[in-house]
Amino acid sequence: MQYYQLMGFGPDGWGRDMLAATGMTVAVGVAGFIAGILLGLCGAAAKLSRFASLRMAAEIYTTVFRGVPDLLVIYLFYFGSSSAISAVASLFGAEGFVGAPAFLTGAVAIGVVSGAYQTQVFVGAVQALSKGEIEAARACGMPSFLLFRRIVLPQAIRFAIPGVGNVWQLVLKESALISVIGLVELMRQAQIGAGSTRQPFSFYLTAAALYLLITFVSGLGFRALEQRAMRGVRRAA
Amino acid sequence: MLDLPFLAQTLSTLAGGIPLTLQLTALSVAGGAVLAFGLALMRTSGSVLLDFPARFYIFAFRGTPLLVQIYIIYYGLSQFPALRQSFLWPFLREAYWCAALALALNTAAYSAEIIRGGLNSVGAGQIEAARAFGMSRVLAFRRIILPQAIRQMLPAYSNEIILMLKSTALASTITLMEVTGLAAKLISQSYRPVEVFVCAGVIYLALNFVVARIFAALQRAFSPETREAPAALPGTRIKADCHG
Repeated sequence: MQYYQLMGFGPDGWGRDMLAATGMTVAVGVAGFIAGILLGLCGAAAKLSRFASLRMAAEIYTTVFRGVPDLLVIYLFYFGSSSAISAVASLFGAEGFVGAPAFLTGAVAIGVVSGAYQTQVFVGAVQALSKGEIEAARACGMPSFLLFRRIVLPQAIRFAIPGVGNVWQLVLKESALISVIGLVELMRQAQIGAGSTRQPFSFYLTAAALYLLITFVSGLGFRALEQRAMRGVRRAA
Repeated sequence: MLDLPFLAQTLSTLAGGIPLTLQLTALSVAGGAVLAFGLALMRTSGSVLLDFPARFYIFAFRGTPLLVQIYIIYYGLSQFPALRQSFLWPFLREAYWCAALALALNTAAYSAEIIRGGLNSVGAGQIEAARAFGMSRVLAFRRIILPQAIRQMLPAYSNEIILMLKSTALASTITLMEVTGLAAKLISQSYRPVEVFVCAGVIYLALNFVVARIFAALQRAFSPETREAPAALPGTRIKADCHG
């Protein structure tokens, strides 16, 4: 069978399945990315807080989840939540292993790992603010919350965009690992196709091309966003 | 609550995977460095014909998941009968060499940009001065550009090696039993994911720590001018061999 028939939309074509799986990859990526942003905000708040215990906890969080392979984290969440679910199920008389929902587990695992990276991005963005502006706001008599809302936040968001874009790329590539726990996203779909047609190269190369397409398009998006956020900043020529 | 015998046993089982993890890291970092150096030279050559292929290579390998790259090499290449008959097949048939190859190709794309950044960081004035002294391009590269570029890129490169160390975990998806592979097997046998995760995590964090220390030492060795002069504190004597 020719390549275009194999990946086409005809009766024997895998095009529709591959596109649906691409959608699943984007969906699980976006879910994990949003979870990571929320965790990253909490992590950054903890790292910048006055309390040593919070700073310590955030430090441990970022060190562990940036230092341990993502695959291991995915196994932890999958088997961890599965054994918890199995234990609950056995109370109701079910027997044996009950698998955790792959989408939820995958999104949570990606969220926890990318949250550790986001924490670093947000801390860096807040630290990039000039001290003088914060002192000036204080001198004007702004209370802390108003200072955060008017001075810190708008600028920190601007500084964080490139870093956040990098984390998104990371999340997207990490989402391929969720195939190991059975979620039918792009990688898993390619495995299924490769298995049933014995044309592994065609399927994995197509998957690679689709990943490249997503990273390329979203990269353009983040660059446009960065340009828009930076439109008020004068750059030295 | 804390089952120490189980933790100790898990740790010793997982430690059996450390040699494989380190081998894959070393092989891929060494192979990747050579390839990355070539790519960085192509990127800085100023010739479109050399720059464009390197740019595309970096774009493709940085834009796709490592898992896809590993699968293309390990499973995908078997689709071509010509390759199966070639002299390369004894290597490409082995999961070990496929994993090392995929990791090396992957890290080359990231490292090339690190090396390029290092090369570009050397001031144009210094290169002009070296040329004005009559140094050939090669000599100026070796004596002026390279030593400073290496120093500049060491921190980023140490991050890349730690990333590679973590990435070797993906070799477990193609049957290699390194630390993560053993951990996955233990988890599915014992159903104690948290304990196994903690043990594997300790091993990876310890390895990362060692890499970071080695690079901190290298960084110091490459930046003699930033070290403080040994000050003679009262009651201490500077050892004579400091001057050697």
